Amino acid sequence: MKIGGYLCTGCGIGDRLDTKSLETVAVREGRIGFCKTHDFLCSQAGVDMIKADMAAEGDEKVTKAVIMACSRRAKTESFHFGATPVARVNLREGVIWIRPEGSEHDETTQEMAADYIRMGCAEAKAMQQADASGEQSKNNHIMVVGGGMTGMTAALEASKAGYYASIIEKADHLGGVMGQLKQRQPERSPYQNPQDTGVAALIAAVEADDKITVYLNSTIAKTAGAPGRFEVDIASTVGTGTHAEFGAIVQATGFTPYDANKLPEFSYGKTPNVVTQLELEALALAAGDGPIKRADGKIVENVVFVQCAGQRSQKEGHLSYCSGHCCATSIKQAMYFKDTNPEIETTVLFDDIRTPGAGGENFYRSAQDKFVTFRKGKVSTVDVKGNDLQVNFKDLILDEDAHMDADLVVLATGMLPNSGTDIDTMKDKDASGEIKVPVTSILNLNYRQGPDVPHLVNGFADSHFICFPYETRRTGIYTAGPVRRPMDAGQAQTDAMGAVMKAIQAIENSASGRAAHPRSGDLSFPTFRKEGCTQCKRCTVECPFGAIDEDEKGYPKYNEARCRRCGTCMGACPVQVISFKNYSIETVGAQLKAVDVPDEFQEKPRILVLACENDAYPALDMAAMKRNESSAFIRVIPVRCLGSTNTIWIKDALGSGYDGVVMMGCKKGADYQCHFVKGSEMAHVRMEKIGDTLSTMNLESERVAVHEVAITDIDRAPKLLDEMVEVINRVGLSPFKF
Amino acid sequence: MTTAVNQAMVEKYKGNFLKEVTDNVEEGSWVKMCMQCGVCSGSCPLGPHWDHPPQELFMMIRANKREEVLSSTSMWMCTSCYNCVARCPRGLPITHIMHGLAHYSKRMGMKPKHQPTEQFGQMFWDNLTKKGRVNELKLGLGLYFKDGFAEGVKVSMGKQKLGLNMMKAKRMSPMEMLGGHGVKDLSGFHAMLKKAEELEAARVGENTDAK
Repeated sequence: MKIGGYLCTGCGIGDRLDTKSLETVAVREGRIGFCKTHDFLCSQAGVDMIKADMAAEGDEKVTKAVIMACSRRAKTESFHFGATPVARVNLREGVIWIRPEGSEHDETTQEMAADYIRMGCAEAKAMQQADASGEQSKNNHIMVVGGGMTGMTAALEASKAGYYASIIEKADHLGGVMGQLKQRQPERSPYQNPQDTGVAALIAAVEADDKITVYLNSTIAKTAGAPGRFEVDIASTVGTGTHAEFGAIVQATGFTPYDANKLPEFSYGKTPNVVTQLELEALALAAGDGPIKRADGKIVENVVFVQCAGQRSQKEGHLSYCSGHCCATSIKQAMYFKDTNPEIETTVLFDDIRTPGAGGENFYRSAQDKFVTFRKGKVSTVDVKGNDLQVNFKDLILDEDAHMDADLVVLATGMLPNSGTDIDTMKDKDASGEIKVPVTSILNLNYRQGPDVPHLVNGFADSHFICFPYETRRTGIYTAGPVRRPMDAGQAQTDAMGAVMKAIQAIENSASGRAAHPRSGDLSFPTFRKEGCTQCKRCTVECPFGAIDEDEKGYPKYNEARCRRCGTCMGACPVQVISFKNYSIETVGAQLKAVDVPDEFQEKPRILVLACENDAYPALDMAAMKRNESSAFIRVIPVRCLGSTNTIWIKDALGSGYDGVVMMGCKKGADYQCHFVKGSEMAHVRMEKIGDTLSTMNLESERVAVHEVAITDIDRAPKLLDEMVEVINRVGLSPFKF
Repeated sequence: MTTAVNQAMVEKYKGNFLKEVTDNVEEGSWVKMCMQCGVCSGSCPLGPHWDHPPQELFMMIRANKREEVLSSTSMWMCTSCYNCVARCPRGLPITHIMHGLAHYSKRMGMKPKHQPTEQFGQMFWDNLTKKGRVNELKLGLGLYFKDGFAEGVKVSMGKQKLGLNMMKAKRMSPMEMLGGHGVKDLSGFHAMLKKAEELEAARVGENTDAK
């Protein structure tokens, strides 16, 4: 049972640093079992050497390792030794690549390397081997909420992959909105004509699939548990309810059409001859192969489509966003007319035609080729003129007011997501003037943070828009289709496939106790020291993923299958009782205390950098690859998420003589880039309050800086460190050096 | 004659000018494919001098502004630089459509008055069809005197030196003033033109008769 140190002298480390003295530092000061050097540690020979030590018996067995070589982001495969905890000391990107050569720099560069080795040894000592909790076993049954295009596709994809699926559908039949359409936009080349919706075929496939169970007339009364062990009460409007267990959930609850009664300026409701796109589908279905007729039986000869009706508008009650499908839908519907009789006048009044993808563009051209007229114009009003209508608009190309007659007007209204209750407005009722969408909960989660998945803007379910689009902020629950963002049927089907893949991952991960991304495969999970807990509930509130409930006695209950292992709870805890086996207050605290802080007469400041391992740390690594020079006085510690930063670390650092602290997290806010959604934001909030601590210590507030750093900030990240060096030069060294 | 054709066209298409353009204007079937991006208008070196840049003309056609389009000076402004054709993302042969529209407006008798490009075009045609060869001396002088005798003398005096130099360099012969050279089979050439005119008239007649 010992800690093994392995010092690599390759990649120029041996040339630039005095490795003999570093070995001594590791063994004498780091107090680890031994320190071996190798001139090419990541080679097979080097790795075999480490593995042999780990395979040894008795006292000789290495149970933790300190790899003193390159960044923890390099050679991850070579230096992965199963569950054995490994501390990585970054001598290459962290030291020699950012320090200039020359004898005048050798002393400080060597000190930097020695400090990092002391830190690595301290971290290894504080780390423990993480093992799966075994809290849940495998349940390969996926619950799909919603029996529309997205839901049916998701269920079929799950079945094809060998998993089971249950579709929960509120209505008494499958099909959703797509089931109400005559045809859909083409999905295959040459993208010229509308095609069959395919809903009937999907329903038939679902009904024929023995791995899929369909619950019609059903809603979800209660969802409890975690990935791998969701317990769901299914309520039925016609029979008795059911209780079922699922491994993961796909929420494909789709959308509700915008209420066109909010558009009196277009005479909607005043005459049956102004219809929405969905109502036109009903007229088209009723017409069959014959001509489309109005409600009064007149054959339509002159139809006008009004795009962006109540959408992309800042007016009160309108939708501010684009619903994505409506341009192509109007094009398709104009073809319903043109394909039965080319003499019918079809005019699309648009502001911007948006037909995403090559298919959309070809479909648009095909409509132009069929003499569908497209006029760039903003419709102001639709007037009723006897039995017919007059559309008044401003022609945006000719810059003049114009009007045209029509006997049918079709409004392209938008979509509102069926995303359940907005748990954030439950807390803060008059938060904003945003449109309030569905009122009843979809999932009825018994999670402490609320009954549905959190929203981001405009009621759409939150998902990490850059990295993990299907993820919600509830592990094991994946949204797909228009509940996530406005989209058309083709995109919704792609979405369904993606969400099911994620659901399957969640099932497999939770069965073996592994974390979902971004810490995929991590077996550690948070635990807390019950005697120390004050039941302040801060961890349960701040967890970005709603993972933490409270037990009957008011203590936190962690549900680790819901946990993403970001450590935000650990950062939040005011009494520091929360920890992971391989990441804790101690693993970071021990590192920052291991740094050798020179006395003030040596004029060598020490700056602690806490960098997010997802974005800021790789940005610093890449800056090093470009040989971007940095100060020799910085000491960087990667953190899982800036949200895991506990203020005790800042206090300890400043109290033990550090001159400044720089914290680097991801972008926060509505367009966040934080891999853990709220972690960076939480850290910023906490650090706003660090000023009090600083003033009680009689320290300048500039000594602590918090920055938002993206992975692409390769040039900016080192500059932020230089700025702190300048600040220290200006305000002077810390008085706390003993 | 032209007004009769014009009347016939108006009656035939009953306000559907896009269809009329599609059927009758050279490359007119492309007009419906314009997506109103405005790249043509932005690319035209003479764009700022047009009353209606190509994009706007296409929109006017779709908005059934027949009178305004056909009597516009805009399409006569095109210098055939082909910048718009090279850049149009939808591949519209805009230069050809402009010439097609100009030709159609002339045929309908709706061409703008005192439009220099139009006047010079007619002059060139008359000059060419007389002998089957362009008489450059007469064409040049005709252009100088197009705005009246006094103006013509003034311009000619200004260009005197140029003219003398061209004669010295044998680039221009004063003898061209007396008849000038022509093609070998002049009567055959005229017969060919006559036949072409007949065919064109028959084509237009056929189109207007087929109501």
